[in-house]
Amino acid sequence: MSAKRLRGLLLFPPALMLGGCNLVLLHPAGDVARQQSDLMIASVILMSLIIVPVLIATGVIAWRYRATNKDAEYDPEWDHSTQFELVVWAAPLLIIVVLGAMTWIGTHQLDPYRSLTRIAAGRPVAADIRPLEVEVVSLDWKWLFFYPQYGIATVNELAAPVDVPIHFKLTSTETMNAFFVPSLAGMIYTMPGMQTVLNAVINKPGDFDGFSSNYSGHGFTDMRFRFHGMSRQDFDRWVAGVRANGGDLDTRAFDRLNRPSRAEPVRHYAHFEADLYHRILDQCVDPGQVCMDQTMAIDANPGHAAHRHSTGDAMPGAPSTTSPAHDAATR
Amino acid sequence: MPDRPAIWNFLLGRLSLSSLPLDNMIVVWTFVAVALGGGAVLAAITYHRKWGYLWNEWFTSVDHKRLGVMYMVLGTVMLLRGFADALMMRSQQAMAFGSNMGYLPPHHYDQIFTAHGAIMIFFVAMPYIAGFMNFVMPLQIGARDVAFPFLNNFSFWLTVSGVVLFMTSLFIGDFSHAGWLGMPPVSELRQSPGPGVDYYIWGLQLSGLGTLLTGINFVVTVIKMRAPGMTLMKMPMFSWTTLCTSGLIVVTFPILTATLFLLSLDRYIGTHFFTIGAGGNVMMYVNLIWVWGHPEVYILILPMFGLYSEIVPTFSGKRLFGYSSMVYATASIMLLSYLVWLHHFFTMGSGADVNSFFALTTMMISIPTGVKIFNWLFTMYRGRVRFTVPMLWTMGFLFTFTIGGMTGVMLAVAPADFLLHNSLFLVAHFHNVIIGGVVFGVFAGINYWFPKAFGFRLDEFWGKLSFWFWQVGFWVAFGPLYVLGLMGVTRRLSHFTDTSLQIWFIIAACGGLLILLGILAFVMQIYVSIRRRDELAVGNDPWGGRSLEWSTSSPPPPYNFAFIPLVHERDAWTDMKKHGYQRPLEGFNAIHMPKNTGAGVVLAGLGTVFGFAMVWYIWWLAALSFVALIAVAIVHTFDYDRDTHLSAQQVGEFEHTGNWEPKAQGATA
Repeated sequence: MSAKRLRGLLLFPPALMLGGCNLVLLHPAGDVARQQSDLMIASVILMSLIIVPVLIATGVIAWRYRATNKDAEYDPEWDHSTQFELVVWAAPLLIIVVLGAMTWIGTHQLDPYRSLTRIAAGRPVAADIRPLEVEVVSLDWKWLFFYPQYGIATVNELAAPVDVPIHFKLTSTETMNAFFVPSLAGMIYTMPGMQTVLNAVINKPGDFDGFSSNYSGHGFTDMRFRFHGMSRQDFDRWVAGVRANGGDLDTRAFDRLNRPSRAEPVRHYAHFEADLYHRILDQCVDPGQVCMDQTMAIDANPGHAAHRHSTGDAMPGAPSTTSPAHDAATR
Repeated sequence: MPDRPAIWNFLLGRLSLSSLPLDNMIVVWTFVAVALGGGAVLAAITYHRKWGYLWNEWFTSVDHKRLGVMYMVLGTVMLLRGFADALMMRSQQAMAFGSNMGYLPPHHYDQIFTAHGAIMIFFVAMPYIAGFMNFVMPLQIGARDVAFPFLNNFSFWLTVSGVVLFMTSLFIGDFSHAGWLGMPPVSELRQSPGPGVDYYIWGLQLSGLGTLLTGINFVVTVIKMRAPGMTLMKMPMFSWTTLCTSGLIVVTFPILTATLFLLSLDRYIGTHFFTIGAGGNVMMYVNLIWVWGHPEVYILILPMFGLYSEIVPTFSGKRLFGYSSMVYATASIMLLSYLVWLHHFFTMGSGADVNSFFALTTMMISIPTGVKIFNWLFTMYRGRVRFTVPMLWTMGFLFTFTIGGMTGVMLAVAPADFLLHNSLFLVAHFHNVIIGGVVFGVFAGINYWFPKAFGFRLDEFWGKLSFWFWQVGFWVAFGPLYVLGLMGVTRRLSHFTDTSLQIWFIIAACGGLLILLGILAFVMQIYVSIRRRDELAVGNDPWGGRSLEWSTSSPPPPYNFAFIPLVHERDAWTDMKKHGYQRPLEGFNAIHMPKNTGAGVVLAGLGTVFGFAMVWYIWWLAALSFVALIAVAIVHTFDYDRDTHLSAQQVGEFEHTGNWEPKAQGATA
């Protein structure tokens, strides 16, 4: 039976009830979320094998052995049966073995750090395709997106061409948030001074919800953005629009942006200061702050590394952030 | 510090008139209601001259049964508070759509969900399980009290200290808005400069210490004080789960204390354990708090598993099926619960191997839990099931908890959790297991053991009404949250733009109202039963019980057992009944008893003052109360007048006047 038909079967009774409402987690538009959703549905089906009989048995046994039913067998001393006990340990064990295997494989395949190998079922990633790079920063309380390949940045608006792998690198200025576009892929935390990674792809054009899914204070509720899946041409047009009308994101503009604010409107930046993302990640945006990667390098190798003070200027050839110290993952 | 002469800052710290939330009418009216209600209660106690009685018989009591009852009262009072928070959240989320911002600004709403979570776990669920363990376990193992009766009283009052600080925050200053686990960086000084997080920290430090002492007390009691003949494998299941839960408490609560201590160092002296500067790391707090936090949910559910394991055999008129399986299942849940904490943050990006490991350990817990469900089913199988109120709650638990368990395993599938984490699906799941498992268990247990504690049963009609309102109300309130979770709606939002979601929140709010009716029916059940207590009076064994607590009168005498029972079998009381046990009516001996003491109240009171002073930076008062706390504790150790004897004649009087069968045979349902 295909996953689609299983899905239909499983959802039949709720579907009647939920007609018209958008259960986005059950039919997302991105391949990663889709696979995560499939795994979720498969786990429900697998567990139903045991849960449904147990629920039925609970009702049946309780009713059959009700005190007023004197026809039912009554054996007050019966408290052990090796066969029964074997079954009660073995049945959940078997289910968990299968589910555990599925989970192990799924967890590795869908590891957000792992580069995509397919853009949809049966459609491997073409060898020559370059993933779209996006650097994400959660601020109090808005989202900043850098597009290093295009030299543009946006606030509270994200766009990507369909069927092109997207490689997100994510961090945060101060609070902890989670970057979540339910239609696209599962969430990932954004944490200050650390970088997380998310690989995803959107398969349908459309306008999708994105938001923070980890409480981060008073402005959390409004920490939302729109995610646009676009055709290649539309995306290029969108980039050109940002370039044509956007402002300039330098240190001062960033400091202004970084002040806590709620329900921030969409902003476009045609340029951003090179290295800004890395200075945010290393907590050294303001001149005079020592970057964390430098501190760590000094700590790791005392007496050899020189201090790198942030100057606020673009720093050609500044070390790219490949230091493992940033990886949230203990990998 | 407020702008005023330095002497005032010295005397009052950062406390000032502006700390009173007079601008918030909701809080002002709550205060008026609490002041009137509380004032009426205090006036009534004074009018009826009951202060002496309360102080001598209850507050200073070291009797585990009295302390158990006081824990239950505390849990019920705080249930009302926590539930009021729940109704406010439900109504805010049901109305705050589009241009309507609701009636709670984020600043207030965030405090409410923080208070709701923290209160429901620490001051509702924990007092309830402590109450059951206190009341039931020593009776079940045939002991006269717990190992350290004074410590037990002190633990209770420390819990009250935490409650007092939490409740004070409602009217003086504000409360934490950092979520029930106080997650940094929101809980750090920079984002929470006010007293809210400090109230949270000190409230939990005081009550957490009380819980730790309770855990130590119960482990020692179970290990050292079982009646002769009661080997561990003849011990009733509830006592087994008490042992396992207490073990969990002893190992994990110090982690909570240490974590909150580190957070308070960050806040008070500017260390950087959890801030990003100077090498601190938020991830460390998240890990530490869940290393405590996950075992904590098993601390709550294990005693309930034990309680159901008492109720099902009793009302099936049959031995518990697979006792050894049950014991091993409980023990393996206890051990596994230490190995799953990371499933609370799969989405931190810990890598596939780490996530897989914790996903698998989490799923493994469902195996012993499934075994337990099966064993309860097989206990009913070939039984004679009586659907009394405790049994109804147990049936409700079996249906509800099984479904909650399934959604839990869904969340344990790490890739699925990337979609479901922090969503309303998650909120629905943990309410499904905590309400379906713990709260239903609390009501089952109250209905089951109330006759033992007070000598009369609870009214059946109101009990059933409460059950059905809760049962239906639960699904109406949390079913929509499951749906919303699948629609990708995250938790802790105070306002929505997508109006198509509103209908689900309105349904959920209606569910909240049904649960409100359930709670009111419960209060009514208590009231009606007290009114009808003569009709509902019972003897020592109203349900046909199986363990030793049913062998003594209802309520039990202060010493529990005139003669310590000799145990030959599991289900010791059933065994005694089978062999025609005759209660001795003479030949009593004097019984050595601990004396009541006010030291626990005084110590915990000083602890509360210390906590309050720390919250408001009143350093002189903090230092003074801390020194006084230590001094009183030391002085108390020199108090050698702590025990007394009940004479043989007094014991005889208790034994002849207590409620015993067969006087109330007719009361057996």
